[in-house]
Amino acid sequence: MKPDDFSFLAQLVRRRSGLVLRANKAQFIEGRLTSVLRRFGFRTMSALIHELRHGRETLARAVAEAMTTNESSFFRDRAVFDRFRDVVLPQLLERRKDSKRLRIWSAACAAGQEAYSIAMLLHDHKLVAKGWTVDLIATDISSEIIARAEGGLYTHYEVQRGLAIRRLVAHFTQDGGNWRVHENLRRMVSFRTFNLLDSFGWLDDLDVVFCRNVLLYFDQKTKSSVLEKVADTLVPDGVLVLGHTETPLTPANAFVPVDGTSHIYRHAKAAVQRLAATG
Amino acid sequence: MKHCLVVDDSRVIRKVACRILSDLHFQTGEAEDGVSALAACRAKMPELILLDWSMPNMNGIEFLRTLRREKGGEHPVVLFCTTENDVAHITEAMSAGANETIMKPFDRGIIEAKLAEVGLA
Repeated sequence: MKPDDFSFLAQLVRRRSGLVLRANKAQFIEGRLTSVLRRFGFRTMSALIHELRHGRETLARAVAEAMTTNESSFFRDRAVFDRFRDVVLPQLLERRKDSKRLRIWSAACAAGQEAYSIAMLLHDHKLVAKGWTVDLIATDISSEIIARAEGGLYTHYEVQRGLAIRRLVAHFTQDGGNWRVHENLRRMVSFRTFNLLDSFGWLDDLDVVFCRNVLLYFDQKTKSSVLEKVADTLVPDGVLVLGHTETPLTPANAFVPVDGTSHIYRHAKAAVQRLAATG
Repeated sequence: MKHCLVVDDSRVIRKVACRILSDLHFQTGEAEDGVSALAACRAKMPELILLDWSMPNMNGIEFLRTLRREKGGEHPVVLFCTTENDVAHITEAMSAGANETIMKPFDRGIIEAKLAEVGLA
């Protein structure tokens, strides 16, 4: 790819999705674009970029979506999920026992494994049967991957990474050579295509936000902006869960670690309120 | 170093599994059927058993039920491998005393994930 083509592409992707493309990954990026090339009938990368420069919207959207990483697995980063299941969720359920309402957002859900993992944990508590209102929202920038997540169909390999066999038997049905998430679990999750650079206006009063393994692809400014918006969507004692290489170093220091763990954070407003109450 | 016994009537699968497990820092042993696996366990009880379902001279289910009744036989973590990837077979394996089930074909990623599942990663 010519340097000026790469530069144009990097700017377009950054503007549309916040992802930072590095020049030393040009070959990898071209690999990612192969399916777009084929889908839109271009013979060369130059032809694709040429068309992009003319502002073809569907093509630009497809290119930005193709750049996103959709790698995921059920209960990815087991320690984080264990901590959420054993510490964070029981505390939340105790604090919400009067309102019986819980709102959780999986902010970059890829093919849905994270959202369904959360759904399984919530199912363990039989919240719906106990009269709770549970909103489990899952979003991703890629409409293609959201369609896949809604279908809830996973390969033999995908269901064997991170998913205990007892959960597979309890929550999936064999579908040819693949496994499909049971309908009751699929009904628990509202999937939607959403770009983290857009307004979070439709999201509010969230108790937990899982925003894992996406901020690491953003530059500092975009990361801070997204985290500020996340902070605004959370209730005062809300919880943010990040990926294991990510930290919430926002300008406003909006988050503090929960019990010393480095991946789960509580809204700093709650910490300030607690200090005021005990002081 | 933890010891893993790979029980499978296919020499190729034993070889592949042993290589993966060696890479994952297990000391490995092999058995080609349930009878020889039981003898191996009586000689030295392994920490982990990777167990095939269909084998001559005592299949995986029979071996597992017998093992769990042996002295010390409750200790090994058993990953039951099956090509019959349906819920009925999986449930039967778990009822017989398997700690986890692996659906064939497997690769290193799946074995690593299952070891994490049973706390042996």
